[in-house]
Formats: sequence, C-alpha cells, structure tokens
Amino acid sequence: MTTNVRNEPTPQQIADEKIYRTFGLTDEEYDKVVQLMGRKPNYVETGIYSVMWSEHCSYKSSRPILKKFPTQAPHVLQGPGENAGIIDIGDNLAVSFKIESHNHPSAIEPYQGAATGVGGIIRDVFTMGARPIALLNSLRFGEIDGADNAHNRYLFGNVVAGIAGYGNCIGIPTVGGEVVFDDRYKYNPLVNAMCVGLLTHDEIAKGTASGVGNPVLAVGARTGRDGIHGATFASTEDPHSKERSAVQVGDPFMEKLLLEACLELIATGAVVGIQDMGAAGLTSSSSEMAARAGSGLELDMLKVPRREEGMTPYELMLSESQERMLVVMEKGKEHIAEEIFRKWNLEATVIGKVTDDGKLRLTEGDEVVAEIEVTTLVDDAPVYHRPSARPAYLDETLSFDPASIALPENFTETLHTLLGTPTIASKEYVYSQYDYMVRTSTVVRPGSDAAVVAIRGTRKALAMSTDGNGRYVYLNPRRGGQHAIAEAARNVVCSGGKPLAVTDCLNYSSPEKPEIFYQFEESCAGMSEACTALATPVISGNVSLYNQTNDLDIYPTPIIGMVGLVEDLDHITTQEFKQAGNRILLVGPSDTAGLGGSEYLRVVHGQIAGDAPALDLNVEKALQTAVLTAIQEGRIRAAHDLAEGGLAVALSESCIGGKLGATIELNSTQRLDEVLFGEAGSRILVEVAPEQLSGVEALFAKAGVSSTVLGTVGGDRLEIRVNGEAVISDAVTHLESTWRGAIPCLMK
Amino acid sequence: MKFAVLVFPGSNCDIDAVKAVEDVLQQPVDTVWHTTSDLSEYDCIIVPGGFSYGDYLRCGAMASLSPVMEAVKVEAAKGKFIVGICNGFQILTETGLLPGALRHNDTMQFRCDITPLVVENADTPFTREYSKGDVINIPIAHGEGNYIADEETLARLNSNNQVVFRYHECNPNGSVERIAGICNEAGNVLGMMPHPERAVSDLLGSADGKAFFTSILKAWEARVHDHQRA
Amino acid sequence: MMTARIHVTLKASVLDPQGSAVTKSLHALGYDEVADVRIGKYLEVKVNTTDRAVAEERITEMCEKLLANTVIEKYEFQLVEA
Repeated sequence: MTTNVRNEPTPQQIADEKIYRTFGLTDEEYDKVVQLMGRKPNYVETGIYSVMWSEHCSYKSSRPILKKFPTQAPHVLQGPGENAGIIDIGDNLAVSFKIESHNHPSAIEPYQGAATGVGGIIRDVFTMGARPIALLNSLRFGEIDGADNAHNRYLFGNVVAGIAGYGNCIGIPTVGGEVVFDDRYKYNPLVNAMCVGLLTHDEIAKGTASGVGNPVLAVGARTGRDGIHGATFASTEDPHSKERSAVQVGDPFMEKLLLEACLELIATGAVVGIQDMGAAGLTSSSSEMAARAGSGLELDMLKVPRREEGMTPYELMLSESQERMLVVMEKGKEHIAEEIFRKWNLEATVIGKVTDDGKLRLTEGDEVVAEIEVTTLVDDAPVYHRPSARPAYLDETLSFDPASIALPENFTETLHTLLGTPTIASKEYVYSQYDYMVRTSTVVRPGSDAAVVAIRGTRKALAMSTDGNGRYVYLNPRRGGQHAIAEAARNVVCSGGKPLAVTDCLNYSSPEKPEIFYQFEESCAGMSEACTALATPVISGNVSLYNQTNDLDIYPTPIIGMVGLVEDLDHITTQEFKQAGNRILLVGPSDTAGLGGSEYLRVVHGQIAGDAPALDLNVEKALQTAVLTAIQEGRIRAAHDLAEGGLAVALSESCIGGKLGATIELNSTQRLDEVLFGEAGSRILVEVAPEQLSGVEALFAKAGVSSTVLGTVGGDRLEIRVNGEAVISDAVTHLESTWRGAIPCLMK
Repeated sequence: MKFAVLVFPGSNCDIDAVKAVEDVLQQPVDTVWHTTSDLSEYDCIIVPGGFSYGDYLRCGAMASLSPVMEAVKVEAAKGKFIVGICNGFQILTETGLLPGALRHNDTMQFRCDITPLVVENADTPFTREYSKGDVINIPIAHGEGNYIADEETLARLNSNNQVVFRYHECNPNGSVERIAGICNEAGNVLGMMPHPERAVSDLLGSADGKAFFTSILKAWEARVHDHQRA
Repeated sequence: MMTARIHVTLKASVLDPQGSAVTKSLHALGYDEVADVRIGKYLEVKVNTTDRAVAEERITEMCEKLLANTVIEKYEFQLVEA
C-alpha cells in the first residue's frame, strides 16, 4: 500500500484520532473493518466502508424486517436485490418498477432534491432494460395555510416544480401519486418517486459484473465533487471545500440522452451488466455489481472522466454526481458502446476490468490505492436487531371516545371544510404542472384512484397507484400497514386492474428509538399479511429512516406503489358518475365506520386519536375480487374507493368529476358523522345502470360481499338523507368550487 | 405521402407524432436525426415537441442551428408542408420561418391540460378538414408558450389570415390575442403550441386532432392531383 | 485570451413575467420602493484571441446568431483581458 501524498490522514491517524467517526462508522464497526481487512484501512478504504455500511446502502437496521416480506410468485421475474423488480404480464411483456425516497435532499433544496429523486428512479428502471413509461410521486408536507407556513408552501411549490422540471424534460409522463399535508412532515417532507417501465422478457438487463477480463465502462456525465458528504471534510484541510456542493444538480437533458443511449446499447446484446451510479456513486455500483457476480473489479481512478482537475480517488469513489452509469461489456465490444454514446454526444470510457479474485482494487495507474474484499462490503455489513417497544402514546390514542366530541351542527358546512382541506382538495395545481400525456398512452389521468397507461400494440393497460396513510400506521402500526397495501390495491381494482405486485418506500423516524422500531416492525408485518392475502408480492423498495427533526418524528409512513394489469381496455373504469338515472351502490361492510384516524377528526376536531379504521383482509380480498369481476363483465359504470373524508367526500368527488348530482337515502343507527365521514376500509362506491342492478347485486351476494343501494345519479345537487332527514344538500358546482379552489387559493 | 419527424437531442414527442401519422393516415413516416442535411424525399416535415438541447439558453435556439433545419428551410421554400408542434413551433420561430417568439407562460408554471381552440383559418393545408369557427379540444403541455410579436407583425398576421388557431375563451399562457398557432404568408409552414398528435383517439380524451392530419393528406392529394392535371 | 461579459435582457417593450413575479415578492417582503425588476442572462464567453476588433465582431455575430433572440431580446457586452 502506498504512502499518503494527498494530505489525507494516515491509517494510523484515522484509528488514533477516530476520524472514522466523522464518516459515520461506530467504534465497533471500525474494529470490524480492521478485523476483516487484517490491517487498518486507509482514507479511501475507510470512506468506502463507511458508505457501504451506511444505513442507506446496507439496510443494517431494516434488513431483518425486510426479509420477512413475501417476494415470490410465479409472475415475479425479478424480486428485490436488483436496481428494480420485474413482473411478467403475459405475451412476452414484462413490467419493471420501483419507488425511492429523496426526502433529505428535498428538505435542503426542494427543486433539485425532487428533480434528482426523479432522475435516480428513472435510471433504476432503465438499467433493467425497460423503457420508462410512467412516473408517480407520493409527497408529504407540513400545512400550507396561514402566514406561519410560508416555508411549507415554498417546499411544496418547489418540489412540484422540480418533479415537473425533470419529468417533463425527459419526456416520461407523470401520471399519478398523492399529496398529504400534516405538520408532522413540516421539517421532514417526504418525496417518494416511482417509475414504471415496460420491456420484453429478452430485454432484461441486470447489474452484474461477470466474465474475467470484461471491460468496465463509466458512461454518461463526468464525475464532479457533488454530493460528497460535507461532514467528512470538516476535519481535513481541503482547498476545494468551499466550492463543493452537498446538493446534486439534475440534468434531465443529459439523462434523456443517457436513457436513449443505454437502451440502444442494451438492445445490442453486448452488455454483461449495467448499474446506476446512484447513492454512494462508483463505490456502491462497482461493489454491488461484483458482489452479485461473485467476481472482483479493478478500476483505474486516473481513467474516470471528471469535471474538475485534481480529484482524489476518495472523491471519485464517493461522488454522487448524477446521470452516470457503470457498464460491463463483453470483451472486445467496447467500441459498440463508444459508438452509440458518441452518437448521443456522450462519453463511454473504459475505466477497468472484471477480475476473479473477489477484490475491489482501485489504482492510479500502476499504484494500488485501495484493495477491499467485495464480500466484506456487501455481505459482512453489520446487521442490527434494534430493540422494539410498544409506544406509550397508543394507550392514550386508543382510549378515544367518540362521545367526547360534538356532532357538527351543519353537515354541509363540514363537507365543505373537508373538501377544502388540502389533503382532500383537488390536486390539479400539482398535476397540471406535470406533462401527464407525453407518449400518448395515458388513458386515465391524474386525479383518479389509479392512473392507467395503455400498452401500444395490445389491448392491455397498466393501472398504477401510490398510497400510504401515515396517521393510520401511527395509531395502529400493524393495521395501518395492512391499510397501505389494501388501499393501493383497491385503487387499482377501481380502475379495472388486477393488482400484481408492490414496491414500497418505508419512511420512518430513527430506528434507534424502540417505539419507532416497533412502528417499523409492526407495520411491515401488517404489510406482509396484506401482501399475502392479496397475492401481491413485494418486488422492490427503499427504506428512509431518521426522518426526524427537533424531536418531531414523522408519522410512520410506508408508501406503497402498486401496479396492476388491465386485461382489456374495455375494463378501464373511472370514478366520476356517468349518467343520470344510474344507481349508486356501496360495496363492502356498511356498519363498521368509526372515526379513528379520520381526516374529519383531525380537521374538524383537531384530534389525532382512536384506532386505525377497521379492516378485515378476508373481506378486502373478497371485495376486490368481486368488484373486479363485475368490472370485467362490463357491469360497472364508475368505481371509487372510499378514503380520506369517507362516504360524503367520495360521493362529492364522483359528482364533481361527472358534473352530475346524486340523491342518497341511507338508514343507519350510527352517529351521523361516522356514517358520512368515517373511513372504514374495504368499501367501494360503484355506479350501475338500472338494468344491471339485480345482476350486480346477485354477483356480490354470491361472492359473500355485502352491498347496499344508496341512491341514484342525477340532477345538479348532492342530496344525502339519513333516516329520512336531509343532512347534506348542496349544488355540485358549489362543492366543486370549494374542492378545486382550495390549493390554488393557498398557494397564491 | 411521405412524412419526416425530426429528432433532436432532447426531442420527446417524436414517437407520438410518428404514431399519429401511422394510426390516422397509415402513411409512411421516418424519424430523421438532426444531423441530416437533405429532406427532399419528404412531403411533410414535422418538427416535434420536447426539450431539444434541454431548452437550455432559449427553447429551440440550439436546435434551430442544426443542419437539418437548413434542409427544412430549403423544403419550406419549395412549398413542402412544415409543421412545428410545441418545441417545434419554438424552433421554427428561432429559425425565422415563422414570425414572433415564445416566452415563459405568464403564470410562470408549466401547464398541461386539454384546451379548447377555435379554428380561425380553415383554408390552410393543416385545417381544411375543419370549418372556420370550429372549437376543438387539443392538449397543451408547455412552460414557454406565451406568443409575442410586435404590433406591425400582429397586424400583418391578422390581415393575411395567418392566425390559424386561438385559445377559445381562455388563455393558458398569456399569448397575445390568445394566439395558439400561426402559419407563414405562403401558408405551408405552421407552428402551434397545442399538440394535435395527442388528440387522435377518444381513449386519450379527444380525437379532435385527427382532422389536422387528414387535412395534410388531403392537401397533398389535391396538390398531386393539380400537378398531374397541369 | 479575452473574456466577453455578455448581458442578454428582454427588450423594454416586452413584458417580463419572471421580473413581474419577483417585483411582487419584493413588495410582499416590504420593499415598497421597488419600481420594477427585469431579469436577464449573464454569459461569460472566453475567446482565444488578443485582437479586440476581431473579438468584438465575432461576439456580436454570436449574439445575433445564437445567444440572444433579437425578436424579443437585446444584448450588450464588455471585452476584458483574461
């Protein structure tokens, strides 16, 4: 090993002065590194271990839990562990998708943080050989009303602009997602981006570095000093530190070229493996590719194309510059990559080769600057079984008694309050900034339960949705986890799709707090149960921990991305009412409302209390199967999942979308607010033509699913009568102006 | 009839234009790379939407200087049909094939929506299958579609009947006189911010853009017919 | 080596939506004295020449051809040694 000529600390100094701590390695972890290497690591090696053993790369706190997710099914072609998962949808077609967080970068610089989040997830999907066809985003912010919340509006506005800036430029439609506002997210906004890609079975590419002697290429953008962790440098005398940016800047134009060049390259069949240089850049891409193949890699740092002179191996290995890929080609076919990339005005540079000694060896010319056993970076990363303890707050929240709150005096006014709350209000402000139509395949646009994208040349389409109610998980971690999966699947069913598989983005506070780890552990168990019940395995995902600031923990917020297959374009169903005279049915249990965890309780009564809404997975499965069957048989005109705001909000949304009124007659012995605004799961509102009514009712009865005729579509008002008494009555246009106007008004 | 759809680095509506020509007209269509310098084999050249060169510097500025745009000028002078959609419209104004310029939307936000347009001139090769005054629903998706021209140019556009489309009872981007699409004086070069290629099927929300494409085919057939008679 | 410091701005007759938005924001922050904001671009172009006259001619050409859209923008530049 060579001497230190870069003004970097020596291995002995790193040990003596415990410099590894500034890299995020604990004393125990550092000792384990020394033990594994049989010597003290030098500066670049310490940096490499620290990022590979970081929570972000190693999943050291979450791995034992993630292992419990169901990941197998006959239609799963690629489960977790690759850049993205892949499922089979028949006819030699496959779908690759993944969701990923970019929470922390977005909190610091919302436009670039969100933009680079979108860029990263797109790369994960096209490295699998898939053509990206849709983007979705799940966003959480603090409240955006009032003078005190200007910063939340700034974050919201700029995150949306950043997503738009990147997705629109690269030409992939942003077709769906959701946005929730709650002050629990005010210091830690959540920005989770999902990408869905389409490919044929023979186009599948993987992130493996196999074949001794095969060349390793760095392609795409040059490497700069972006995103190298600032804290690391606080202790070193570095002349460039002032120019260094912790914020990566996205270049969607570069990525568009990279996307086209990579897909063209993969299509040649000369690619052995390909991987995004995402988090931890060259370090994680090279070691993960070698680990998957059981090979080694030798990389010459002098050959890595760079933006700035004088970059050290440490900087080159840890840079998080965007729009870069690592590609292993078949030996002798490097020129194919070079030609294709030249056509797209991009660089493809051989920086090393595959070896068989299992080592990640970095050189500067002939000089070896780092040498690490690959398995020690990946397989020997620490695993922590964090202590778990049931949160004390649950005793208080579960003791909630609905009798303690007064019934609203005017339910129409309460409905307006809910329709005007940003979480429920129209998100047109958001999605009208996204090009959701480019590629001309978007059949069901944003604003529906699930987006639907047609597959050209077939009668098939993909339905996709993101969901995750953090408040439910907070109030009942296990059931909240079930809800996240169940609702995402229900949304897909309402659009006419059969839910096929899940990608999850698990956003939590610090796992080192036992109460948070309990939320994590329990909610993942709930998700697993629901995945099993609904036959939707987890095929990819991402974990984002430590979402806490100033002792304010975010709600435990697992976000579920669900993709389903619409077998025939004729099955596509939307939520808006279609025709006066049609009947409205509530499918699913009608007697299990409750107010716990509801948006109504939060907005109208200022309480986060009660138990998460009831949910029975057997009932859910039967409901989804029956509704999908009815849709496929052509018996359903509209379908809408009951979610935040309950029945009254769902009815309003279907009326507003269809520009039609509805007259509803209900009988119930429950509290009126429970009936109107309670959020019990497993409920879907459907519109049925009168001549189909008896057939549909028989279908549901046979499936053991309860259904209740609520009323009739028609007129221009929403009228809800309970036990013969009118409780809500208003013009649909009036409801619409509240719902549509709320967010634009706040963002003025 | 043979169509070309140009592809610049950063174009992203090229495939949509190809699909529209294939699906609506069943005519041959090639994608043509920006380095090409001869377009003489094509009867209609579509400059598609997207973000050529990332929209860096100014939308369409760098694309307007590429070799293929020199070829477009040559074919335009011959009377071939030239269509610029969205970024393509921006490129055509940057090359000087169409007057005026396109700036940031007055809202300062990108806007994606289906927008009603009124057909102001149904005597162009691109609109002959519509009637003057027709209101058609065509999607928009742009951040810089705010059309501007000086008063003299505007007066000329109006008196020559060069305003082909206006936004109907709305103005999504602040364009002067709600202008959504214009043609050159000869009438063979058209630029518009809305995307007719995105409105060719009810499944996509509107089929009102079909007549845009059938107009071009009919105009070409009429021209070939006249040519043969002469 | 010379550096051209080029400013490209919208012509006075052309509305500047970005500038208007910034004006409003400054007013909202209490800077009532702000009468108007115009936003433009600043470019630094380094040219390998020592002949000032040639540089001026070439930079003008670059502005006319690419760097400014003279339909709505105007430009001005200074040449400095560097």
